[in-house]
This record gives sequence, C-alpha cells and structure tokens, in this order.
Amino acid sequence: MRYIEPHGHMVSRTTDDYEAMVTAGCQAVCEPAFWAGFDRGSVDGFRDYFRQLTEYEPARAAKYLLPHYCWLCINPKESEDLALAADVLAMIPEYLDRPNVLGIGEIGLNRNTRNELRVLEQHVELAVTQAQLILVHTPHLEDKLKGTRLILDVLRAHPGVDASRVIVDHVEEHTLRLVLDAGFWAGITLYPDSKSSPARAVDMIEMCGGERLWMNSACDWGVSDPLAVPKTALEMRRRGHSAERVDQLLFRNPHQFLSQCPKFRVAPGSAS
Amino acid sequence: MSTSNPDHTDRTTPAPPGNAALIDVGFLPVRAKLLEVAAFLDRVERHGVADDFRCKALRAAAHVLVDGEAERARRILEALSDPSLEPEAVSTGKAAFGAWQIRD
Repeated sequence: MRYIEPHGHMVSRTTDDYEAMVTAGCQAVCEPAFWAGFDRGSVDGFRDYFRQLTEYEPARAAKYLLPHYCWLCINPKESEDLALAADVLAMIPEYLDRPNVLGIGEIGLNRNTRNELRVLEQHVELAVTQAQLILVHTPHLEDKLKGTRLILDVLRAHPGVDASRVIVDHVEEHTLRLVLDAGFWAGITLYPDSKSSPARAVDMIEMCGGERLWMNSACDWGVSDPLAVPKTALEMRRRGHSAERVDQLLFRNPHQFLSQCPKFRVAPGSAS
Repeated sequence: MSTSNPDHTDRTTPAPPGNAALIDVGFLPVRAKLLEVAAFLDRVERHGVADDFRCKALRAAAHVLVDGEAERARRILEALSDPSLEPEAVSTGKAAFGAWQIRD
C-alpha cells in the first residue's frame, strides 16, 4: 500500500514517526504552516519557522527517504494581530520560490472574527497574484459550520480564485457537501477526538463518492495519530473497498491535487 | 478451529469484507462509547454541573440518535454549531468549546 500524508505538522513529531510513516507506505508528506501553541512575538519568529519548514525539516525527512513539502502563511490563530499579519504577509514571497513550497496555507478562520476574515482575504489575494495553490483550514467544533460558510464566501468573491486549485480542509459531515458543491477540493482530517474518525471518514466517502477528496492525519503536538491515514485504509478494506479504491483515495487523489504545483515531484507510478 | 461459528470470533483467516464486518468489528467499540456517554451524563449530575451549556447541548443532541431519521452525524454536528452568519467583532479566545453558547 502507498499513501501521501497531505497534512502533517512534522516539526512537532519525533523522527520515530517518520520511520513509522515510511514503513506504512508514505510516499510524501506535506506540512502546512500552523500555530506553535503560542503566539510568535514578531515577524522574525515566522522567518525562523519558514526556514525550519524549507530547510531543516525536509533534510530530516530525507534521512527516511521521504519527500517533504510545505505551505506558508500566518495561521488564523495569530490573525487577530493585524500588524503582525501584515509583516508576515509581506515576508512570505521571499520563501515562495524554495523548492519544497507548494502554496499558501493553512489559511482560514479560527473564531470567525472580522480580523481573521481580513487576513484571510489578504492571503487569498497573495495566492492569486503569486499563482499559488491554496490550503484552507476550517475552524474547530462549533465554529466550523459558520466558518466554512464565511470562507466559501471569501473564496467565491475573488474573481481570480480557481476552485480546482483550492482545498478546504477539516471538513466533517455538516460541511463536506458545502465545499464540494462549491467546486473546491475537500480534506477530511482524522483526529481521535475533535474531527473525524477513520470510520466516519469512510462513511463520508461512501456518501459523497470520493471525488476531489483527500484524507490526512494533521498530526501535530496535540492529540493526533501520524498513522491515521493508513489506518483508514484498513477500515476501507474491512468494508470491502478494493485496493484500487484505497489507492485512489490515499494516493492518486492527493497526488492529482498537489501535482498542480510543478515542484511536487512524486512519481505517479502504480500501487505495488 | 471451528468452521461453524457464525460470529467469526475464532477465525484465523480474514473475515469476508462487507456488511457483516461493520457489526463484527464496529459494535463493541461503539457500545463502549455509548456507555461513556451514559456514564458522563450520570457523572455531571452527581457532581452538580449538569447545567453547563455543553452538557445541555449534549443531552439535546442525543435525541437525534433515536429519532429514526438518517444522517445523524451531520444533524448532531449542526445542532452543536453556531447558527449565526455574521463575523464576530473580536475573538473570545483561541479555543472552541465543542458546543455553541449564545453570547451576550
């Protein structure tokens, strides 16, 4: 079995996780910029973080023969500070040409505030003007439905946004159809408590067809499982889904989306 | 190895995939989760915190489980969601709570 981990915060994980992921069949990992668990004090904190994502982390992954890619942004949790956000947005273009940068993400909303919305709009503008793919984070728990609606409004309002180049992540049963019906890609995040279980993810695939859909572990420093994606493959096989179908969802779908960035070079090949 | 056991509990070869496995594999973990819900609701009553907005929301959402209608997961998520449409003026903190509470 082969799979792509399209959303993993590997700076928070140990090298043991790299070994386990590769052993389970991981062919590439993609790391969106995220909140460190505390607010960074200045743009220089982000500069160091972007160096970590574009220099140190791909080298660490390479020791396990795993291609490492990343996305850049100021995370919605830090977007209340408009001055800091402006500084970071101005600095991001310095890093967009790095060989493992796929696009702008994970942008979006956290508590659905006006400032967060403003920074989201600025990120979308940056992505469009720089011809970058977009990875969107949708809010947690009770804020997800409202936040998803607001995010879709922002994306649809920008004439330069190509829906086929945007993935809206962390969808659940109440937001999946909103995203797919609007023409965007959707990501299902497999979390033990706060998002979707492997079983619910497969339910959603069965009900929505699995087109324009990927699954990810979003493993980070919180309660999460870096092997959640291959464990979902087991759930699919238990229900009678074919190996071909598993390969479509776990490898070929994310490969299709990510390959829109020419820097993503993972051989499509065939499942062995 | 018995070859007549209908519940596959002593199989040494993989069970046939499909509908039967949904229950064979899924029932016990879900039974355990349902008991956790029941015990949690008992616990918060016993400790006098059952009126917390999250506990109220959980009890209300639980009705969806037995109303006989489909798409229970979607409807429970919607029941726990903020139904408003306008952006918030300011952030009330980094973390969400899991259930929506009317804000003053």
